[in-house]
Amino acid sequence: MLTVATGNKAVAAAVKQACPSVVAAYPITPQTEIVEQIAEYVTSGELKSQYIPVESEHSAMAACIGASVTGVRTFTATSSHGLHYMHEMVNWAAGARLPIVMANVNRALGPGWNIWAEHTDAFQERDTGWLQVYVASVQEAYDATLMAFRIAEHESVLLPVMVNLDGFLLSHSMQPLETVEIGDFIPPIRLPHAIDTAHPMGYGTLTGPDQYFKLRWDIERSMRDSAGVIRQTEDEFAKRFGRRYDAVEKYQCDDAEVVVVAMGTLGKEAEVAVDLLRNEGVPAGSMRIRWLRPFPRLDLSGRDVVVIDRDYSFGFGGVIARSLAATERAKPFSVIAGLGGQEVTYDDIAGFVRSRRPGEEYWFGVMPDV
Amino acid sequence: MYEVRIHSRGGQGGVTAARLLALAAIRDGKYATACPFYGAERRGAPVVSYVRIDDRPIRVYSQIRHPDLVLVLDPSVMDVVDVLSGMKPGGRVLMNAGEPREMKGFPTFAVDLTGIALRENLVVAGSPILNTPVLGALAKMGIITMESAKMAIEEMFSDRRNVAAAETAYRELVA
Repeated sequence: MLTVATGNKAVAAAVKQACPSVVAAYPITPQTEIVEQIAEYVTSGELKSQYIPVESEHSAMAACIGASVTGVRTFTATSSHGLHYMHEMVNWAAGARLPIVMANVNRALGPGWNIWAEHTDAFQERDTGWLQVYVASVQEAYDATLMAFRIAEHESVLLPVMVNLDGFLLSHSMQPLETVEIGDFIPPIRLPHAIDTAHPMGYGTLTGPDQYFKLRWDIERSMRDSAGVIRQTEDEFAKRFGRRYDAVEKYQCDDAEVVVVAMGTLGKEAEVAVDLLRNEGVPAGSMRIRWLRPFPRLDLSGRDVVVIDRDYSFGFGGVIARSLAATERAKPFSVIAGLGGQEVTYDDIAGFVRSRRPGEEYWFGVMPDV
Repeated sequence: MYEVRIHSRGGQGGVTAARLLALAAIRDGKYATACPFYGAERRGAPVVSYVRIDDRPIRVYSQIRHPDLVLVLDPSVMDVVDVLSGMKPGGRVLMNAGEPREMKGFPTFAVDLTGIALRENLVVAGSPILNTPVLGALAKMGIITMESAKMAIEEMFSDRRNVAAAETAYRELVA
């Protein structure tokens, strides 16, 4: 059915269809609309979930963990400071192998106090064992949330999944949304280590170095396997519902001599920059990284690369630029742009490409124009 | 791509106007995005929201720099904001006013949305509702069809007076 929705409402619509048994959440700008909408669904009876209005994000994730370990589907949503307030439990969810799905509306961290889009909030959780996907349209927010449940709960994965959408730019933008009849797209959840009172087991007990080490490796093994499960799920989604997604969305890359790499809404804006550049005779292309974890391979060989990081790791660099330098031996022109919701247009992106300086880092709006 | 920038004051319904316009365009079979710009607004402060309409999916999320149409829901913002900033050549202006006024040569349209809302008794918390009648004026200007304008209003509001107000605005638009 064709309807219209904001990014937040699209996430809520997908959650309604995935029908988690438990939703525990705490509101925070710009995510609030997600949990408000879910609370409305529960109140009206459209969603048969236990909705737990907790007093903090730490408790929201703790409640999801407690519910999930009983073997039921769980969901929460947060943003920025909320995500970091639950940080301890974010680690716990992955370590306990609980397929919780969480929407995170990307927002900068204070101070200075800021409510606008930036990816650093979720990037700081990148080593927790959560799978992370970043979307760039209202439709994709819906589609990715549906797929997140199936991927997280897959027997070869059993890790939590975070669906990320840009604060305001996407969370509050309204676009067309084609909802689907999901049928049996998300199979019933089956958690092999669910609490069973008939067969008591120990949970969260002290674990010695040798066993701990094996558990860590087991997370990594599942993380590696998840790439295949993601591909399989995205293939199945395309077959059933006609919309195609990949770990990396490539645009005009086949003959591109210079490639812009970006994430979220900037990845879409980059496509418009590519059109501009192509009109000028510059053979440009763009790649939008959708999955941050597991981190995908990009075919960058022999091309100039311009990476736009809407994030920063102080004392190190733009996370995507530095990651691609490591995984692809790329020597990117690393542009730091869009922090705290800084306005970045397709004209700006085309400018980054025209005046690229491979191997250098450039802070847009802070350093003199390239 | 057709780009609309809406100027209003916080609390006047500019965001809803953007969403209604996008919804009507989508009901016309187009793609549309309504992006409100959220700042540190409070009631009464000048605010902007954006609508993009196109035949293809919209990939731009940045603010509109060069609008095809500027909609001024509250002409008093013109004392503090240059509403014509970056206007595209051939761009048009639609104002909530009884008479069009000179806007540096840009074709200007006017309709008394406040008056229409008051006549229809469309008032919420003491403020006249401007965002439903304005759809009628936008339909008259050819940006959306009147059929889709009504459909959009009915989808978002159950009160029939909203549609009546849009029909009045359609009739009363002055170039």
